[in-house]
Amino acid sequence: MTSATAGGTAPVPPARTRKSVTGTRKAVVALFLLPALVLLGALVVYPIGYSVVRSFYDQQGDGFAGFDNYRALFTDDGIRTALKNNVIWVVFAPTVATALGLVFAVLTERVRWGTAFKLVVFMPMTISMLAAGIIFRLVYDQDPDKGVANAVWVGVHDTFAPSSAFPKAHPGRRSPLVADKGGFITRDPVHAGQSVTLPLVGVAPDVMPDGAGKAVQAATDPGRVTGTAWQDFTRGKGVGTLGRVDPSELGYSGMRIEAVKDGEVVDSTKAGADGTFTLSGKADGARLRLPASNFAEPYNGVDWLGPSLVTPAVIGSYVWMWAGFAMVLIAAGLAGVPRELLEAARVDGANEWQVFRRVTVPLLAPVLAVVAVTLMINVLKVFDLVFIIAPGSSQDDANVLALELYRKGFSEGRPGVASAIAVFLLLLVIPVMAFNVRRLRREVRR
Amino acid sequence: MTTHAGRLAKTAPATTVNRTRPSLGSRIASGVGGGVVRVFLLLVGLFWLVPTIGLLLSSLRSPEDMNGSGWWKVFTAPSQLTVDNYQKLLENGDITNSLLNTVLITVPATVLVVVIGSLAGYAFAWMEFPGRDWWFLGVVGLLVVPVQVALIPIAELFGKIGVFGSITGVVLFHVGYGLPFAVFLLRNFFAEIPRELLEAARLDGAGELRLFARVVMPLGGPAIASLGIFQFLWVWNDMLVALVFSDSGSQPITVALQTQVRQFGNNIDVLAPGAFISMVVPLAVFFAFQRQFVSGVMAGAVK
Repeated sequence: MTSATAGGTAPVPPARTRKSVTGTRKAVVALFLLPALVLLGALVVYPIGYSVVRSFYDQQGDGFAGFDNYRALFTDDGIRTALKNNVIWVVFAPTVATALGLVFAVLTERVRWGTAFKLVVFMPMTISMLAAGIIFRLVYDQDPDKGVANAVWVGVHDTFAPSSAFPKAHPGRRSPLVADKGGFITRDPVHAGQSVTLPLVGVAPDVMPDGAGKAVQAATDPGRVTGTAWQDFTRGKGVGTLGRVDPSELGYSGMRIEAVKDGEVVDSTKAGADGTFTLSGKADGARLRLPASNFAEPYNGVDWLGPSLVTPAVIGSYVWMWAGFAMVLIAAGLAGVPRELLEAARVDGANEWQVFRRVTVPLLAPVLAVVAVTLMINVLKVFDLVFIIAPGSSQDDANVLALELYRKGFSEGRPGVASAIAVFLLLLVIPVMAFNVRRLRREVRR
Repeated sequence: MTTHAGRLAKTAPATTVNRTRPSLGSRIASGVGGGVVRVFLLLVGLFWLVPTIGLLLSSLRSPEDMNGSGWWKVFTAPSQLTVDNYQKLLENGDITNSLLNTVLITVPATVLVVVIGSLAGYAFAWMEFPGRDWWFLGVVGLLVVPVQVALIPIAELFGKIGVFGSITGVVLFHVGYGLPFAVFLLRNFFAEIPRELLEAARLDGAGELRLFARVVMPLGGPAIASLGIFQFLWVWNDMLVALVFSDSGSQPITVALQTQVRQFGNNIDVLAPGAFISMVVPLAVFFAFQRQFVSGVMAGAVK
């Protein structure tokens, strides 16, 4: 990383040749160093010590509290949810972002517009998490007419499972129908030669199927069961007759009807535009059922920001922001992979997948590790995205440590507990801190 | 496909016969695979663009239109497009003031980090004092300290010295947390400046300060550019630090918009254009300085 930073190819010169060329006076050293050291000391080092001490005092800050604040890490409901979510974040967000970055980096090498693609994927990294949050609030809007995620999802869903035409339809008073398994079934068995009436009410005029025509009483047919399913409702008081097909009433065009004998469907059909239907003689003695599929509520899409999906949804927006980062770093690593190695593997008969799996990935392993670790540290600090995207109703479910620290410290007035969270976060990054220092020590002392 | 074939034809004579023959089959295979790859990347690219396009188009529709239908409606009804939201936003004193605050916070926080970081980076690279490398490693260790650790202690500290709620406080905090990366990046870059250059300048009679200003800073251009861009974007895009340390008079655009998010849905005519305006500067910086930005990102991989 450091040599990439410096941009040059020369290694860091040995320490002895970097002796001062001027024979620096102490005052000059101080002039150069003090601004940085004072600011770092006051703003970065001091808070660490302060947080550690503060985490052992009570919320007012005057009584020693021992490990009480740390105990809260495991007993406080808010913190426990945050911990659980942080684990989910740390496991999934870096993995998915790194995997996508790897795939993109490898694939963009094969198209001529790879640079344009990289620009598009990398772009979200430059914008604020606030802006990204607002962008994804729009994307995840529950209403399929507004949120693009649900618009697409509902579109796909309805292609495979068309929504029903009669939500909210239900039997009126003195109806021959009773509720059954989410649909409705006739109280009594029907017989061949009978014209059955299946009256329902409750479908708003504007949601009636477009093809629905005037309902008519079905003609009888000696060998079969006939009938009518229709909206038994005429506007105005005392105008229509319950259970009878009145002139201005509409047929339930497309309503599905099943004949059920001993719990088994023996025949089924769909009502025509005028609501009439005909079943074969097999339906003789069966009860007629209007199955639940007729009455399902229209599919409204996924509640992305509801309690159960909010964390994956926010992680999705994070991946949108950071996959580009992974991609660019991995692409830089890939540029350093000797082409001859890949070519040699291909000549040996390896297919593209084998080359990727057996040559490219192992060679990139160090880069992948750096990317994943960097993202893990980054994920621990995620605050804005959760704060903005998770609506008030599900913010508790989307909670993460960085957000909980802010809440405890600044809205709940529990700075002791907040300090304990801060120390906990710090402990989590210490291994990386040690790793950085050790790696650099080798270079510095060379 | 035709360009592909054309390229193949052009390169074919250049390669030797026994080199092309075994790979002919694999070329056909990779042609088919290439089609799949292209479609896949095209879809992914679209997937990545759609959310941002959604925000842009949302910001260009009236609140009434937004309530009635999705932003994609403008593809069939382009007459819905309007800049009214932006006009109203720029007449909104809170928003314009917070935009100004964003600039007033970002510019000094960037300049100070560059200047202070360069001074320290040079000292760590080329000056002699006891424990130099240990001090430097200490600074490197601070790279990964999460800003959250400092929120409560610094809030109290700033309260005591009277900069809590002011732009000064926000700037100071950003400088503090920008410095580890700045020192790390610049020290490593400065360390690679050839010694002869510095010695030559020294022989010409330059003192430490002139050496720094006339030789080291100009040579450090690329690293300073990367650092400047990175720090600029980091501060410009920050919300958390400003949320804690600024008040209603000194808050930047991110915090001003954040207060609106609570009524999400009723004020999309403020949020969408506001978010877009706040994105314009980072995007412009990104497109103008891609190279420096990318190298800054690579160097900052540990941050």
